[in-house]
Amino acid sequence: MRLYATVAAGGFRRHATYRVATAAGVFTNTVFGFILSYTYIALWDERPQLGGYSMDDALAYVWIGQALITVCGMMGGGFEDELIERIRTGDIAVDLYRPADLQAWWFSANLGRAAFQLLGRGVVPMAVGWLAFRFTLPAGPGSWLAFLVAVALGSTVSFAIWYVVAMSAFWLMDGQGAVQVAWLGGLFFSGMLLPLNVFPGALGEVARVLPWASLLQVPADVYLGKYEGWGLAGAYAFQCCWALVLFGAGRAVQAAATRKVVVQGG
Amino acid sequence: MVAGMWIRSTMTYRASFALTLVTSFCVTFFDFVVILLMFGQVEGLGGFAFAEVALLYGTAGTAFGIADLTMGSLQRMGKRVRDGSLDTFLMRPAPLLAQVAADKFALRRFGRVLQGLFVLIWGLVLLDVEWTPVKVLLLPVTVVCGAVIFAAVMVLGASALFWMQDAAEVTSSFTYGGNTLLGYPPTIFAQDLVRGVVYVVPLAFVNWLPALYVLGRPAPEGVPEWAAFASPLVAAVCCGVAGLAWRAGIRSYRSTGS
Repeated sequence: MRLYATVAAGGFRRHATYRVATAAGVFTNTVFGFILSYTYIALWDERPQLGGYSMDDALAYVWIGQALITVCGMMGGGFEDELIERIRTGDIAVDLYRPADLQAWWFSANLGRAAFQLLGRGVVPMAVGWLAFRFTLPAGPGSWLAFLVAVALGSTVSFAIWYVVAMSAFWLMDGQGAVQVAWLGGLFFSGMLLPLNVFPGALGEVARVLPWASLLQVPADVYLGKYEGWGLAGAYAFQCCWALVLFGAGRAVQAAATRKVVVQGG
Repeated sequence: MVAGMWIRSTMTYRASFALTLVTSFCVTFFDFVVILLMFGQVEGLGGFAFAEVALLYGTAGTAFGIADLTMGSLQRMGKRVRDGSLDTFLMRPAPLLAQVAADKFALRRFGRVLQGLFVLIWGLVLLDVEWTPVKVLLLPVTVVCGAVIFAAVMVLGASALFWMQDAAEVTSSFTYGGNTLLGYPPTIFAQDLVRGVVYVVPLAFVNWLPALYVLGRPAPEGVPEWAAFASPLVAAVCCGVAGLAWRAGIRSYRSTGS
């Protein structure tokens, strides 16, 4: 356990050194937050209460999305490129010899990364957005805590998705295609562009049960107080189920890959 | 030639290339699906009908797609400055900008151009406009000038990478962000934002001003009527500024010591 805690702390510190990149990211998230806010205002002006959200809820949704973009890895987990590169070059053989579990190792490092991103890239855009638009805030400390739990679970599901994607590189070598497909899913089905409960009919129903819903839609709804009591437990259960299923899948793919792994290079 | 090399290398993995081209088209198409979903809920956005928004989205998307296809690789340059591998390029007898632009040239980005054109044509078919020769001529000029303006912003952003190696994302907010912004009618944004886009970063010349003229709508408040035809001039000025910045960047480049 101590080993993984150290790895997580390392992940945190490593990303904390990229100060310029973090500032650049904060700037970009804020700009996109403004653009999206205005389009949502135009939309909710025409259709108040669309998807069960008030205007203030919809604006909160926009800024939660921008704050979580790197924490819950909607547009990329932030570690898969490195892992794929290690598989492609054969460095993965070194990792497999370490007296640590590969998946747990990367999960710990990613946990550290996500924790830093939440502080480094999440807080500032959210604060700027609130100053500019005065959107809905959670009812109290309890609601903030509930939100943070949902974010942690969302980040875990995101890791599990991207880990499976990265493992595909054992077979495909060039991971680009698989990454793009996962990216497409993350961007559209996480509700990054438009809340999933605004999606019409069957498309909406399917989108809301896919794993990507755990990344943004569920945390945002917890933040907005749409779940209470058993409903909240149900939302967490939904995220946990996907996390377990995808961790299992990642483990199975990893086992299959390491049984037949041929180290590249010499 | 460098681009040709990367195309050949991409074609080695044909299946992977086909997959990336299709997904590249889909990723950008899903972007437009969001607008479709919005119009499933409302009649108009900021007083603009679907066909008009499609025209805005199509012109911005095509222009951005062309710029991204030719100059999109510039974003990677920060890494090359940091690890010193830019030196290899400086040794070769070819302009640095051309080499960096062609670095890892990704033909799959053509998917974005296709998607932009697709929406543009869709919009034009639905659109009810009294076409005049000026308007017909203005449309292709808009797309070409728009691509040049986006490309100039990308070069400008890349020049900054000589000093701030990790700041590639700031450029994204102007390029990707600008592309998203210009896909919507200017009426939905705050006036200050619109003014910033006209006078500070001249992105509005990519499509807003010419497209508003084509649609027969008034220009945003405080912008003169003739601005609709100023895109070529603005594009030329942008290129000049970007060129100067790029040169200053190269002159300040110091390789890494390791």
